[in-house]
Amino acid sequence: MIVFDSVSKIYPDSSVALEGVSLSIESREFVSIVGPSGAGKTTLLKLFLGEEKPTEGVVYYESTNIHKLKKKEIDAFRRNIGMVFQDFRLLSNKTVYENISFTMEAAGRTDEEIESDVPHVLELVGLSPKVWNFPRELSGGEKQRVAIARALVNEPDVIIADEPTGNLDPANTYDIVQILQKINDLGTTVILATHNKGIIDLLSRRVIVLEQGRVVRDDRASKYSV
Amino acid sequence: MTKKIMFWTKLKRVLRTGFFNFWRDSTVTLASLLVMMVTLLVIGLTSFSSAILENTLTELRNKIDINVTFVTTAKEEDILNIKQTIESLPEVLLATYISREEALTLFKERHSTDQVILSALDELGENPLGAVLNIRAREPSQYASVAEFLESDNVLSSDGLTIIDRINYFQNKAAIDKLIGIISSADRLGFISMLFFVIIAILIAFNTIRLTIYLARDEISVMRLVGASTTYIRGPFVVVGVIYGVVAGILTLLLLLFLTYWFASTSESFFIGFNIFSYYLRHFAEIALIIMVSGICIGALSSTLAIRKYLKV
Repeated sequence: MIVFDSVSKIYPDSSVALEGVSLSIESREFVSIVGPSGAGKTTLLKLFLGEEKPTEGVVYYESTNIHKLKKKEIDAFRRNIGMVFQDFRLLSNKTVYENISFTMEAAGRTDEEIESDVPHVLELVGLSPKVWNFPRELSGGEKQRVAIARALVNEPDVIIADEPTGNLDPANTYDIVQILQKINDLGTTVILATHNKGIIDLLSRRVIVLEQGRVVRDDRASKYSV
Repeated sequence: MTKKIMFWTKLKRVLRTGFFNFWRDSTVTLASLLVMMVTLLVIGLTSFSSAILENTLTELRNKIDINVTFVTTAKEEDILNIKQTIESLPEVLLATYISREEALTLFKERHSTDQVILSALDELGENPLGAVLNIRAREPSQYASVAEFLESDNVLSSDGLTIIDRINYFQNKAAIDKLIGIISSADRLGFISMLFFVIIAILIAFNTIRLTIYLARDEISVMRLVGASTTYIRGPFVVVGVIYGVVAGILTLLLLLFLTYWFASTSESFFIGFNIFSYYLRHFAEIALIIMVSGICIGALSSTLAIRKYLKV
């Protein structure tokens, strides 16, 4: 379970990214965080990943205060979270296979596990034929599938997707949302940050609406209309 | 996995990733290798230039001497006595006796093309030259005390009369002093300028490697976010740094081989008999060790220092 308890984040230039945000996300839940650009969606995710520290308040994961973790514990914690970004963030000089195996290597998995799991996860996202290609040889949709495969391969408890369809056309957007839904059906918590109204309508799952750093709505099964 | 197996697996993965990064980033690799080669070449040439300087200084020192010319009436026995006394001085390395006849022969040889002098000499009918004692000191700075000794009463003949006609040290003193000054300041200046060039070259290499890591900063942050440990992220970059050092070192040694071979004859005539190629071959092990160790250290250290900044996420 993820809990944000009265969390505020004020950056050094005095801009307020989040203000008194309190929310909780149950395990196996599919939550969309929506809001216009600058509403604080990315800051919220960064706080959860330990990339940023809150100015006030506490962020818990399974009763652990994330910002009290030591460097090594943060590494271990992050290995349990899969991440998908709008700009894909693949390692450009590694092949599709290596981009995924790198995450497994970082988690200390054996060569045998890597050899059996990587093809499996690529099959899941429908990218088996591109296994030896470099990211520059892939389309946007394909890159995002690699990113999802990478996020998925260590069987994380939570997957965070920050505007994963921001750079994709409608057909690819639909595919990516389907994959995320499938992942959630298999028992993984999914947190999706987006400002794409179409996706929210498609999902009909819990929606948290952020505006100017505050939670303005939290609906269990909602359509996005601000 | 047990800890030991994990260690070897990690090491294997770090080495493999480092090697792939070196191989795949061809533009970055080429640029870094060239800069690293220039750096190592400067370091290599430093060892050459210090050898050249030392050789030139030794040759110059050998050219400094004192010639004591005796009066024509001086007895050979007296001169040889003086020679013995002088040789017993701790400052004196060597004293060579040149008899009147030998002095005449040398004089004639030196002026063999000058008919006027030769005919004047013939007209004289007798040998006008005195015997000469050529003295070499161990250090250029010791000539003054040797000359002083020659001026004193210690070198009188058996009759108690001075038989020394002239000592050229006093005529050459200014030139010798100047030479000694040049030699010692060339020593100092050479060392300082080499140090300066080596530091600049190392800084340039360091900056280049820093730039290559700057280019990879986004990838480093991704590695951080997927939970890779610091060692696991840093490892391949250090491996690449070491490969830069090794490859650039080997290329530099080959380049030096060609360069020294090319300049061998030029160097011999320019630096008073110093053959740069045979010096390189004679001291190859030493130079190779300096260049390889410098390359590996600069590569590994630059990577380690440069990546620190990006590991904070």
